[in-house]
Amino acid sequence: MRYLTDRKRAEGLGASGSGTHHHWQMMVSSILLVPLVPLFIFTFGYGLGGTHEEVLAYFGRPFPALVMALSLIVITLHVMHEAKAAIEDYMHGVAGKLTLIFATAFSYTLIAAGLFAIARIAL
Amino acid sequence: MADVNRGNRPLSPHLSIYRPQLTSVSSIMVRITGIASLGLALLVVWWLLAAATSAGSFTVIDGLLRSWFGSLVLLGATWALWYHMLGRLRHVIWDFGYLVQVEVSNKMGLGMFIGATVLTAITALVV
Repeated sequence: MRYLTDRKRAEGLGASGSGTHHHWQMMVSSILLVPLVPLFIFTFGYGLGGTHEEVLAYFGRPFPALVMALSLIVITLHVMHEAKAAIEDYMHGVAGKLTLIFATAFSYTLIAAGLFAIARIAL
Repeated sequence: MADVNRGNRPLSPHLSIYRPQLTSVSSIMVRITGIASLGLALLVVWWLLAAATSAGSFTVIDGLLRSWFGSLVLLGATWALWYHMLGRLRHVIWDFGYLVQVEVSNKMGLGMFIGATVLTAITALVV
């Protein structure tokens, strides 16, 4: 242990890992939420409440389909990072690692399934 | 040098020893509403996938979301999403170096709760 320099031992740990990237990522997606959250809430809210045919016709139009697809990607990835930060803070060891992997898999599955559904409705 | 006093350093005090304050509570709520939004994403994707699949599967989830309980969940999720957007906006403002004074931060925290509630009310009226 004592043969390693202090710097060598600290490298790759804590904030010196990928903290700057994560921080910038959250800044960007946080700013993107400001136009996307209102667009998503009112687009989805307007789509909800119709018959099956009306819903298919509504999300078949370019604007609602694009808003839903963009929101699914940007908002889901943003809240995935949010959830992962919470897991990193409060869970440790193997359980923490497995939960991180689960959160990632869950989020990407949601995005893939949602995009598939929108494509199927719109195309 | 770094081996001196290893494992015997004072630890940073954690959440439980602080008195809850508007700044801390409003910040914790940002995290909670963010994770809750992941649950909303599941409902929305389920609904979309059902709509794309068949009329039968659509009726099930659509009925669930439009029941009184579903409406309550969606109302809560709407509040969470609005709140999270405002809370994250506050972080962006802080990170750019503005409005970091305690009194202003407290006002922004209160503004997030009021803002999310007003925006949710508007959403409920419009939609």
